Amino acid sequence: MTIFTHLYKEDRAGGVLLGLLLAAGLLVPVLNLGLGEAHPLHLSTYTVTLLGKYLCYALLAMAVDMAWGYLGILTLGHGAFFALGGYAMGMYLMRQIGSRGVYGHPLLPDFMVFLNWKELPWFWHGFDGFIFALLMVMAVPGLLAFLFGWFAFRSRVTGVYLSIMTQALTYALMLAFFRNDLGFGGNNGLTDFKEILGFSLQADGTRAGLFAASAAALALGYLACRFITRSRLGKLCTAIRDQEDRARFIGYRVEAAKLWVFVFSAVLAGIAGALYVPQVGIINPTEFAPLASIEAVVWVAVGGRATLYGAVLGALIINYAKSYLTAAFPDAWLFGLGALFVLVTLFLPQGVAGLLQMVPFRKKGGTP
Amino acid sequence: MTTLERFRNFWPRDRVFDFLVPQTPPDLDLTHGVILYLEGITVSFGGFKAIDDLNLYIEDGELRCIIGPNGAGKSTLMDIITGKTRPDAGSAWFGQQINLLKMTEPEIARAGIGRKFQKPTVFENHTVQDNLELAMAGPKAVWPTLTARLNAAQRERIESVLETVGLQAQIHRRAGALSHGQKQWLEIGMLLMQNPKLLLVDEPVAGMTQQESERTAELLVSLAGPRSVVVVEHDMEFVRSIARKVTVLHQGRVLAEGSMDDVQHDPRVVEVYLGGEPCSTLKN
Ligand SMILES: Nc1ncnc2c1ncn2[C@@H]1O[C@H](COP(=O)(O)OP(=O)(O)O)[C@@H](O)[C@H]1O
Ligand SMILES: [Mg+2]
Repeated sequence: MTIFTHLYKEDRAGGVLLGLLLAAGLLVPVLNLGLGEAHPLHLSTYTVTLLGKYLCYALLAMAVDMAWGYLGILTLGHGAFFALGGYAMGMYLMRQIGSRGVYGHPLLPDFMVFLNWKELPWFWHGFDGFIFALLMVMAVPGLLAFLFGWFAFRSRVTGVYLSIMTQALTYALMLAFFRNDLGFGGNNGLTDFKEILGFSLQADGTRAGLFAASAAALALGYLACRFITRSRLGKLCTAIRDQEDRARFIGYRVEAAKLWVFVFSAVLAGIAGALYVPQVGIINPTEFAPLASIEAVVWVAVGGRATLYGAVLGALIINYAKSYLTAAFPDAWLFGLGALFVLVTLFLPQGVAGLLQMVPFRKKGGTP
Repeated sequence: MTTLERFRNFWPRDRVFDFLVPQTPPDLDLTHGVILYLEGITVSFGGFKAIDDLNLYIEDGELRCIIGPNGAGKSTLMDIITGKTRPDAGSAWFGQQINLLKMTEPEIARAGIGRKFQKPTVFENHTVQDNLELAMAGPKAVWPTLTARLNAAQRERIESVLETVGLQAQIHRRAGALSHGQKQWLEIGMLLMQNPKLLLVDEPVAGMTQQESERTAELLVSLAGPRSVVVVEHDMEFVRSIARKVTVLHQGRVLAEGSMDDVQHDPRVVEVYLGGEPCSTLKN
């Protein structure tokens, strides 16, 4: 508990966020599993899964905030890292199906049998192990971000050009993943998962567990981001964002700092994707769609840049609105999102977090 | 000697990965009393020669003023010394040992050359203290930067620099909230945090009030000695108040060099710098 009181003093919003996440991580499973369906406070498994999905989006938003809010890299391709993490988890889940697939092949996933493949491609090996899959969830997005950043930052591409490159990255991956012969299930992607770590994915308990895991991941992710942003490296990031040349001429290798923080951000996005896939039950190439990455940027813009908790708020608010609006006005939803983005950039440049900071508190606090 | 020992000698354990070994540039060697050698430097931008076969020597501890009309190549000269622009020809040495043309901007900065930009350039969203902390000499790779914590000696260092540039009262203010002059001083303070041996100061008093200019002149004069200071300036009054030696740059070449009195009576200087007018403005 002391960590919360300490946090609350130092960083009010962060303390509140972590407190809420802890409460949700404990309470939501209890309300779902502990109370009978007739109970007025009962949460349906559908709701639990939906909330878990939001938390994954929130983690993705936080990753985008690290790159955009703190480093100043307007990334329009973070969906790619999210999707790669998701695919790595999806491959593990596919391997767990074993011989229970439609074709009953002991080793090959259904789509490979369908394509008449005789053996498992080399890059599918090892994914039957959970630990290996977890490593890949972080390593694959991290490596891609490293390679991308290595070339882009060294050649000092910045601004719009860099944004376009990130967009091209995710678009190219989408096209590649749509192809059957790439070995990731083509446009159907990976689906029909059965179990994770031996727990059935249809079971309420597993769903509740995945929700709790998402809440924990978001909390830990927040603490990690907070550690970085409050360190001297974090100060350097915003310094680079605001005056890249000055940072270089006081002796920092700007591209190295950008590279490692960008890689960290990509790994975070990968973890978010890995938690997302078992909850929604499918991963397919549409997760690489440019629009998905742009949406994530909108969440951060609406929530407020460079605050971390703003990104979380933005992701939750917009996705809740999206769930509601797509049901109520399926055609108008995208216009609603666009209008919201325009309104926020015009009237709330600091996002919802900026609005919150204007609320006077009794005690002068340390909210950034 | 056992095989293991031989192997260890062949490949010392602490040097297996070259990139783990801190890259320290050769020490600054000032045995000849000259801190900066620029010889035969030429830079052209698409055919236009911004710097043309320029030779310049700065002595250790000297305070040098570089004057010259707009577009003479003064800022470009600083870009070359600090690694931002690579010359097409020529050589640039920092002391006897350090070849500036082979180094990146951050390497040059860490070797001991600090640069103030023409436009005041500070980290506006950070406090004055954070600006100085970021600039402080020390390990600047990613990992040490992540784990760095200010210790007491470093806080004292920050305070003493703040005192030097006269910003003690502003320590916790956001740099963006400072006045124009204060930002210029903060930037000079950031350079001082790096313990530079050579300070390059591009147009420090542009946009300053008379009083602020006088303070800046005092500051720059006080900084020379333990380190060399090169000041680029337009303001003749200001140059006169600080300079012992002046270099006049024109069309990328050194036109004249000497004391303020010498250069202002040099007919070539009068010709190009004042467009042939009598040198009353220079004399005043
Ligand atoms: N990056 C560049 N590209 C093209 N021309 C440049 C560049 N930098 C400087 N110049 C030109 O070089 C000349 C010298 O510029 P500069 O060094 O800024 O002059 P000043 O002495 O006023 O500081 C000017 O004519 C300028 O237009
Ligand atoms: Mg200039």
